[in-house]
Amino acid sequence: MSQEEAMGGERAGVSLYFEDVAVGDELPVWRRETGLLNWNRFAAVNDEFFEVHMDDAAARAAENPQGAFGMGMMRFSYLHNLLRSWAGEEADIREVGCRYRAVNQRGDVLGVTGRVTGTRIEGGDQLVDIALDILNQDGESTTPGHAVVALPSRARSDAPQP
Amino acid sequence: MSAEARSLVTPELESRRGLWLRERLSEPVSASAIRRWAIACYWPDPAPRLYWDEEYAARTRHGGIVAPLEFNAFTWPVERDAADSGLETDALPGLRSMAGGTRDLYGVPMRPGDVIRERARLADWDQRETRLGPTLFIRSETEWTNQREELVRTRFITSIRY
Repeated sequence: MSQEEAMGGERAGVSLYFEDVAVGDELPVWRRETGLLNWNRFAAVNDEFFEVHMDDAAARAAENPQGAFGMGMMRFSYLHNLLRSWAGEEADIREVGCRYRAVNQRGDVLGVTGRVTGTRIEGGDQLVDIALDILNQDGESTTPGHAVVALPSRARSDAPQP
Repeated sequence: MSAEARSLVTPELESRRGLWLRERLSEPVSASAIRRWAIACYWPDPAPRLYWDEEYAARTRHGGIVAPLEFNAFTWPVERDAADSGLETDALPGLRSMAGGTRDLYGVPMRPGDVIRERARLADWDQRETRLGPTLFIRSETEWTNQREELVRTRFITSIRY
């Protein structure tokens, strides 16, 4: 018996099918407390070293009175983390975009949020449109954005995998 | 502020509009760099196995380790290119910079051993009056292809100069 048959005809590794998604669905929030321990790790892998992300005095001179603040690209990764944890490894993230509206301050507890705004079939792909944002602990929008994710279809679960 | 606010656009910036200004090749993408990127993005949670466990990744539809889509293949060059801090930086002396936004369109994922070819250009810009005073919103476009000439991603960055 194949793994697929063992799972009742559903494809192994699929955590979300297109048919299970509806406009208005909220994605489970992906949360992270942020500070130098996240920022420094991200700075190292993205080779992104700017004094405003490392040094309180430099950040205050750049008009952020609270001191050193986080890098936008780390939040861009966090948006992907939300999508990956929701859609699973069988999904294809096609597009992600965001604006850096507010600064990520040290100690912020960020909640990465998503809401399904549309579903469509285009060129044989089952696509889901998602509105994204990252809220801080005060509920303030810091990173409004959007994504397009292609999901597998239950109707096509007997099709050969790519 | 008068309607005749001074233009921040320099002749040097104008001369670059739409031209592919930077072309470069990455070092081969390493499994170790992918692993560290994933650890940094998910820290303190463990990174998903797809990014570091070859045996696990081989059983997924990806057939092996892939990089998170937003992975940066151009980190830690021996000689730093001045354009790394923005194609517009040296054309706008004296202006401060802030990240405005990021938008990625994704093609095929990056895998260990891939060599990425990048080309980048300043697409367009507009000047608006903001709380920072006269402010330039500059949009650049960066295109990545792999050694098989498959499109890996197109990234649009909005950079704010004031």
